[in-house]
Amino acid sequence: MLVYGLINSAVLALMALGFNLTFGISGVANFAYGAIYVVSGFLTWALINNLGLPYALSAVLTIVIIGVFGGLIYKFIIRRIRGLVISEVIATFGISIVILEFLRYIGFIGFKYSLPVFINGSVEILGTFVDIQRLFIIGFVIFLIAALYLFTHYTKVGLAFRGIAQEEHTSLSLGINPDRIAGWSMGMGSALGAFAALVILPLGTITVDSGYDVLISALSVCIVGGLGSTFGVIIASFIIGYAQTITATYVSAHWTMIVSLVAILIILAIRPSGLLGHQKELEERV
Amino acid sequence: MKENYRKERIARSIKARSDDIYALTSYREMWYLLFPRFIPIVGIAIVSYFLPLYWKKVAITTCIFAMLAVSWDFLSNCGLLSLGQALFFGIGSYTAGGLNHYLHLPIYVTIPVATVMGGFISTMILLPVVRLRGIYFAMVTLILPLMLMRLVEATKILGGTEGITGLSPFPNVWFEITLILAAMWASLFGLRRFIASDYGLIFVSMRDNDRATMASGINIYAFKAQALFIGSSICAFCGAFMTHSYQFTGMPVFAMEFSILPIAAAAIGGIGTLAGPLVGAMILVPLSEVLREFGTLRIVFYGLILVICVVALPEGIFHYASRKYNEMERWVKIE
Amino acid sequence: MSILEVNGITKAFGGVKALDDVSVTVEENTLLGIIGPNGSGKTTLVNTITGFVRPDTGSVLFKGRDVIGLPPYRITNMGIGRAFQMVKPFFHLPAFKNIIVPLASPRVRASSGGKYGDKDAVALDVLEEVGFERDSSVPYKTASVLPHGYLKRLELARLLALKSEIFILDELFSGLSIAEVTSIIPIIEKILLDGKTVVMVEHRLKELFRIADKVIVLNYGKKIKEGPPKEILEDEEVKKAYLGVEV
Repeated sequence: MLVYGLINSAVLALMALGFNLTFGISGVANFAYGAIYVVSGFLTWALINNLGLPYALSAVLTIVIIGVFGGLIYKFIIRRIRGLVISEVIATFGISIVILEFLRYIGFIGFKYSLPVFINGSVEILGTFVDIQRLFIIGFVIFLIAALYLFTHYTKVGLAFRGIAQEEHTSLSLGINPDRIAGWSMGMGSALGAFAALVILPLGTITVDSGYDVLISALSVCIVGGLGSTFGVIIASFIIGYAQTITATYVSAHWTMIVSLVAILIILAIRPSGLLGHQKELEERV
Repeated sequence: MKENYRKERIARSIKARSDDIYALTSYREMWYLLFPRFIPIVGIAIVSYFLPLYWKKVAITTCIFAMLAVSWDFLSNCGLLSLGQALFFGIGSYTAGGLNHYLHLPIYVTIPVATVMGGFISTMILLPVVRLRGIYFAMVTLILPLMLMRLVEATKILGGTEGITGLSPFPNVWFEITLILAAMWASLFGLRRFIASDYGLIFVSMRDNDRATMASGINIYAFKAQALFIGSSICAFCGAFMTHSYQFTGMPVFAMEFSILPIAAAAIGGIGTLAGPLVGAMILVPLSEVLREFGTLRIVFYGLILVICVVALPEGIFHYASRKYNEMERWVKIE
Repeated sequence: MSILEVNGITKAFGGVKALDDVSVTVEENTLLGIIGPNGSGKTTLVNTITGFVRPDTGSVLFKGRDVIGLPPYRITNMGIGRAFQMVKPFFHLPAFKNIIVPLASPRVRASSGGKYGDKDAVALDVLEEVGFERDSSVPYKTASVLPHGYLKRLELARLLALKSEIFILDELFSGLSIAEVTSIIPIIEKILLDGKTVVMVEHRLKELFRIADKVIVLNYGKKIKEGPPKEILEDEEVKKAYLGVEV
């Protein structure tokens, strides 16, 4: 159970990281995130099964394509309505519906859609058998967090990311184009979503409905952790992940969603900006 | 030399003569003001009464979604961006269904009680997050109805996944239509009057700048809670009404459709006018009925309409139409 | 007699101390100026007094009552009025409707015996005091089309409508022309004549020093000097921190 809790937390963190990256940097809440996640799964599946590409190649291709796709969404849709919160939400949500329901319409439903695992088999840890794939998830989360940290602290684009996250106008005067960086962040957020899909989806089948589920999970984790705070996301995924695993083990699997709901309500009642959210404080200083 | 033209807009309205208070001096001016209100009320009433039965049901659904959209717009006018009208709708529906099924209360008790109780319960649920602003609030409201759906599924209360069937129906379809039409117009014009009153101004001010409202000595959380109560009561009424209309309540009442369609209607009709969302619903719901044969593809159309409208027509139909009605446009040569 | 006492306020944002053990005493019916270079903690101090920011340590006593921890609207209703540096009125409403909102506050209702009365007329009266010509169309215009100078006046009008006892004005003069400032100064002098207290956070030293009774200088979150304007002008430390750059 300890191990499964850890894995569950890692899955949640993986789902939430991409959403969180986009929001933290450009302030755009990408409600199309769940749709992007599902599309990545189907895209990889199609690349493998319809075009006969090897798995590794299709995985890389998917991440790149989805990343570009995210950037294009920003360039052609979000950029025109940037800053109008209602419009942003409606537009990204609209995109999400279009993608997911279209996939449903053209018939991507059923059990045959699943991605291969990286390595089959399982190992025994602390008395429980764990698929190697699940161990991969933990590894990838650690890798991603480290990579993100290095990226935002030591590369030029990464520093620009943090720049516009803090003060858009100041970075504008320093020669950073916030629009381009926001587009990049949207692309990277989407690519992270694709990445998450590739790692997580082999555990089960790809379904259209999981798009909504992923969005909800990502949202819950981000809200609890404090939007825009990567460290908050990690802590929040551990809290929610373990809470869910404990409920699933001792009560019933049906109750897991309710546990996250209760967690959200309690944490928001105590700290409206989330566990480690600083968004509100920043605003107060303006 | 190339001739340049520019578009000139001249206010046609009698309001142009004085900004705030104006007197009506002729039947023509009265008609000018009444026309845009009178025609839709009478027109929709006539049309709904004389439709065949199937389309009567569509008209009722249209009115329900129109009310949901108006309520959504009211909340967004108060700075509460809701993505979960389904939450209020579903709570109203389950309250009415529960009262009718378990306590055997008649329909003229369940609907009013569900309206008030639904509003109250929804407000209590959202009270902890009323301090959140903008997008944060939106995210929570998006999650809540889906989670409540799971709650019903997990606990198997209130009929579980099956729902509650066999609830008491309305006496006849005429009564049904009259009730929903009356409720729809009452909520539209009531809310329009309300937000123009001195008390309602406080609600609207919260959207523009809630910090300034706070610095004006107003307890914005109390006012947001009131706004939530008003908005969710309207939705709860719709839920209760729908429950009796279909004699069923169940998990589908928390479906995304009840959250998305009102927002789509508002986005098309024009956010911030209250009447705009109603117009949007009047277009969208019948349209979706026509598109029914396309199955799930029609939800794709909603999505597309949403995106296109938000990007290409950000002001909405109502703003556009009222501008055309109140202003004359002409091209003038630039000297 | 002191009406407002700020004792040992410390507030850190992340690692940066925006306020470091700042104490201020405001005497009743005087004008206190707060100056300091950008980022010296002036606005944070105002935010702390008005309840928008909760300090890490320290107390703020208004008429002997601690207001720390109270929400901003409660503090406003006690009589501490605050004008924002960034003017963001209720853009969708006409100017005079902007004043209806403070008129609906518990403080104003209590003072008028719970009666609402004709709020529009009261709002127009208040706006006239701050220089909105009553017979023109200006008070009826939507706030989003008003020029900057009028928006600043609108902020003042809000505090007047609230019948505040302390007017905390956060950079009221910023972005105004000299002519506009000269026309606002009489309004502030009238507020003082009415027995009210004014706290001004300012960058426009010349105008401030003309009307201030006492000035406090902040630098890096610390209070470095306190005294009448004349002393401040001659102080070496202040010159080094602030005036040396400015003048």
